[in-house]
Amino acid sequence: MDRYIARIQDPVKIEIRHLNFYYGQFHALKDINLQIAERKVTALIGPSGCGKTTLLRTMNRMHDLYPGNRYEGEILLDGRNILDRKMDLMELRQRVGMVFQKPTPFNASIFDNVAFGLKLKGIRNRRELEERVEKALRDAALWDEVKDKLKENALSLSGGQQQRLSIARAIAVEPEVLLFDEPTSALDPVSTSKIEELIRRLGQSMTVVIVTHNMQQAARVSDYTAFMYFGEIIEFNSTDIIFTRPRIKLTEDYITGRFG
Amino acid sequence: MWRRKLLNHIMMGLSTLSALVSILFLVWILKDLTVRGISAINWEFFAELPAPPGEEGGGIRHAIYGTMVITLMASAIAIPIGLLAGTYLSEYARHGRFGLMVRFLSDILLSVPSIIVGTFVYALMVRPMGTFSALSGAVALAIIMIPIILKTTDEVLQLVPDVVREAAYALGAPRWVVITKVVYRGATAGIMTGIILGIARIIGETAPLLFTSFSNNFWETNIFRPMATMTVLIFNYAMSPYESWQSMAWGASFILTVFVLILNMLSKFLFRGRKYG
Repeated sequence: MDRYIARIQDPVKIEIRHLNFYYGQFHALKDINLQIAERKVTALIGPSGCGKTTLLRTMNRMHDLYPGNRYEGEILLDGRNILDRKMDLMELRQRVGMVFQKPTPFNASIFDNVAFGLKLKGIRNRRELEERVEKALRDAALWDEVKDKLKENALSLSGGQQQRLSIARAIAVEPEVLLFDEPTSALDPVSTSKIEELIRRLGQSMTVVIVTHNMQQAARVSDYTAFMYFGEIIEFNSTDIIFTRPRIKLTEDYITGRFG
Repeated sequence: MWRRKLLNHIMMGLSTLSALVSILFLVWILKDLTVRGISAINWEFFAELPAPPGEEGGGIRHAIYGTMVITLMASAIAIPIGLLAGTYLSEYARHGRFGLMVRFLSDILLSVPSIIVGTFVYALMVRPMGTFSALSGAVALAIIMIPIILKTTDEVLQLVPDVVREAAYALGAPRWVVITKVVYRGATAGIMTGIILGIARIIGETAPLLFTSFSNNFWETNIFRPMATMTVLIFNYAMSPYESWQSMAWGASFILTVFVLILNMLSKFLFRGRKYG
């Protein structure tokens, strides 16, 4: 199969080299080579089951939570291989945050939700906690809606608010990389556009990788796009080029909606 | 046409009747208990020890105390074990072979007749120690309570979505923090419900206590001695020929029933709160 993997000009935050991943016997990711640009947004697109979420979840080693998974190859974060046995996963996940498809509020107050990761980092000072919670909620464009009810249970928020809360909680610990796994697929159009705006803004201060099955969304929010198919990256380039003049026929068929 | 309508009416009539019959007995029991129980209850009933047979007055202070102490001791044994075992099944061994085996055996323990548990603890503790004791009663009740708490804990922890656990791990939380700060907090109402239902279940048990804590007509605070409980007292006094004792049994039945009803309502109320799933 033809492939085209561009090398990028921007500084590289994550470099994936010859990555293979197996769920038990199933070969889910095949020889992945990909550069993720620092302080840019990179989108992973492709039909369902192509491995985009699987690839995303290798970058904070989420797969390690479940037995029977195996990695081969390298994922270099600032030049250091995170697949190394000696890698401290707690530390890795504080540097590489994640937002999920469904909102994931904890059964606790709005404040305690956002403060969760900060407390894990050992921040106990009340004033510092308050300042950083406020900043995170402002950055997630949620502050104005919740500033008067920080003590209320997070489960009482609407779906869109819960998702922005999940984002606030993830960015409160100031991760270097933030992974989004189809963050708007469970949301209405208004919430979706708020979150897309948020992702574009976050992409200026941190490295963002987003999985989406929505090609328009990839085109709107990302600087780089990787098109995946059956566990392989078929084409990777700047989003501009992927959507206007892709080099591979399969990519063109996909983005023009001929399958998927 | 008329036949279909008739069948509809018969079907509805039969189910309505059955529904009425099923609550009839509860209402009947409650009515009898209230009418005959309340008249037995006064200040003496709580504050005094039993009067000698045939004499009027007296109370069941010793049995109320015994039920409280034995239930508390049983809870102190069963709650931590049930909670941690349920946590193990849900969080550490959900699909593992050993976990499935524990879950299966615990379900069997749940349906073992309680009198068997009583005879077991009799052989395990009463015989070797040479005496009936409140402690052995508490152990028997704890054995009944553990699988209840284990099962509810296991089930309500599994109601907390995996993606919520993942979100906590994704923030760099170690496993024990995920379990104690996220999973337990997401299932507090359910866990409390399990504990309350467990208490409601054991507080009404009689058979296992007949072989273990036995009974005692005197004030006893030593847990290594036989101790009175309300259920065993009901069993003994209801069968006695003395009217004053029978009336005491009615009073005890009333209080026990009201208490169990309150516990059940409390659990319903608790579980109505916000939760996942």
